[in-house]
Amino acid sequence: MSLISDSSLIFARQMRLSLRSPAWPIIGLFQPALYLAFLGPLLVSVAGAGVDGLPAGAAWRFFVPGLLIQLGLFGPLFAGLSIIADLRSGVFERMRVTPVSRFALLAGRVMRDTVVLLVQTVVLLTVAYAFGLRAPLVGLLLMFLFVAAIAVGLSALSHGLGLLVRSEESFTPLLNVAAIPLLLLSGILLPMTLAPQWLDVISRLTPFRYIVDGMRTALYGDYTGSVVVTGAAVAVVTAAVCLVLGARLFSRRHA
Amino acid sequence: MPIIQATGLTHTFTVGGRTVEAVRGVDFEVSPGEIIGFLGPNGAGKTTTLRILTTMLKPTSGRATVAGVDVDADPAGVRRRIGYVAQAGGTDGNCRVAEELILQARLYGIGKRDAERRAAELCERLDLTGLADRPIRTLSGGQRRRTDIALGLVHEPQLVFLDEPSVGLDPQSRSDLWTHIRRLRDELGTTVFLTTHYLDEADTLCDRILVMNHGRVIAEGTPDALKRRISGDVVSLTLGGDADRAKAVLAECPGLDEIAVSGQTVRLTARGGEQALVWLMRAADQADLDLRSVNIARPTLDDVFLALTGSSLNENHS
Ligand SMILES: Nc1ncnc2c1ncn2[C@@H]1O[C@H](COP(=O)(O)OP(=O)(O)O)[C@@H](O)[C@H]1O
Ligand SMILES: [Mg+2]
Repeated sequence: MSLISDSSLIFARQMRLSLRSPAWPIIGLFQPALYLAFLGPLLVSVAGAGVDGLPAGAAWRFFVPGLLIQLGLFGPLFAGLSIIADLRSGVFERMRVTPVSRFALLAGRVMRDTVVLLVQTVVLLTVAYAFGLRAPLVGLLLMFLFVAAIAVGLSALSHGLGLLVRSEESFTPLLNVAAIPLLLLSGILLPMTLAPQWLDVISRLTPFRYIVDGMRTALYGDYTGSVVVTGAAVAVVTAAVCLVLGARLFSRRHA
Repeated sequence: MPIIQATGLTHTFTVGGRTVEAVRGVDFEVSPGEIIGFLGPNGAGKTTTLRILTTMLKPTSGRATVAGVDVDADPAGVRRRIGYVAQAGGTDGNCRVAEELILQARLYGIGKRDAERRAAELCERLDLTGLADRPIRTLSGGQRRRTDIALGLVHEPQLVFLDEPSVGLDPQSRSDLWTHIRRLRDELGTTVFLTTHYLDEADTLCDRILVMNHGRVIAEGTPDALKRRISGDVVSLTLGGDADRAKAVLAECPGLDEIAVSGQTVRLTARGGEQALVWLMRAADQADLDLRSVNIARPTLDDVFLALTGSSLNENHS
């Protein structure tokens, strides 16, 4: 099917560019490791005795899902910067003037961001294992599904926004304004069960709250409970909505 | 049957609540195998019209068929049949010439082997051999522009749009590029639609010119036919004093067609330039005009533009 082969062509090109960029191995592989090394031990101490929402001995299983989401918020969420660069250089118009499907132009890029995040996930889980993360295999495999959904959603959204905003100067601050509250409200660093009620309520209005809870519960070994199912459903629906939104923006004639 | 037919095309941009009428009703036809050019100053609406014809932009009103396909009804059908090289190009400095050419061919649905063969052929045709594996950022301006053009030709379209193909190139690269464009038409029969604000480019390269200004096509024809509209010779007189007074004085002479002032120069057209010159010198002498220099020339496209719009294309652009 040409949609698949067209998307793969775009994916391969974007991947080549990523691999060629000298920043890629550093940002992509060392950043997650740094978080584990410099933040993880603090959390282990905090959780030493176990607090509400953070069972004793589960510090790494609690911490790793939050880090994975954080990687998503700093990677795929900012992926739209590349479409702005391609708009400016004319690369995007050069591709748009071919008969290739508009969706493939988005899908190939989203695939690149997803693969990058999945590779980062492998690294992060490996390093976390060295630090002391122990979790059931199924739970670990579920992390990849969650991460893929997060990457697809954030990357598609970011690319669509990039086409709307069209300038790095507005795009970066806009996303920072969006990413920081999302990050804090998801309860990535500390359990939201510690939050006062008003904060807990606001937190429940953001998708990452459900996603991170689902991921943690999966690592605790409870795959079939409603928390994991809800988290997975929220992740998939959010990804789908973002993908549709991005696709619409990509198919506009005057982009 | 024309390969392009545009009827009443308009496009209005809205920027922050203000509207810009970039294209205000453009009609024309292009025959297969022509090299046709939009000639006009920056802001005339050339790029906007091209982007409508290449389906990058929806017209505000009007219709166009390109390669037999309606741009509005079947944009993907148009895209399959045309090539387009944008004014600013379309390359990323970190990509390599050949890999982008192969990718572009494959986006047109060409198989891998075929794509590689065409990329190699195009590199040869456009003097890019030896650069195939170079990162695009390391190319010279002319090499980079030829890469842009190769990207627009990789699927061997019957019709190619080139927006300001030689802008920013040195004279040697420009004339090389013109040779490539002419060969494209002569050897492959490709219809070439280009835009330019260079008079010499329009004059030497185009079979036919559409003169564009303020969103409209204000004249069309072969370069020679356009120049013939300026009946006779162009006489330019440069003065030290008041050029407007000089214009009033000189306008009294017999045998003149049009007279205009630009800066310190009075430019006029006369059926017989040499004959008119005698009258002009005599009148200047009698009125005690401070005449500095005189020049007689066959009309150029700039004179055509001047006669049509009242301003010189060269003045708008250095
Ligand atoms: N994307 C755009 N948004 C707003 N105005 C535009 C845009 N593109 C072109 N214009 C305006 O439309 C007019 C025609 O521009 P253009 O078609 O680029 O002219 P040309 O190619 O002849 O130099 C100009 O006034 C220009 O400022
Ligand atoms: Mg232009």
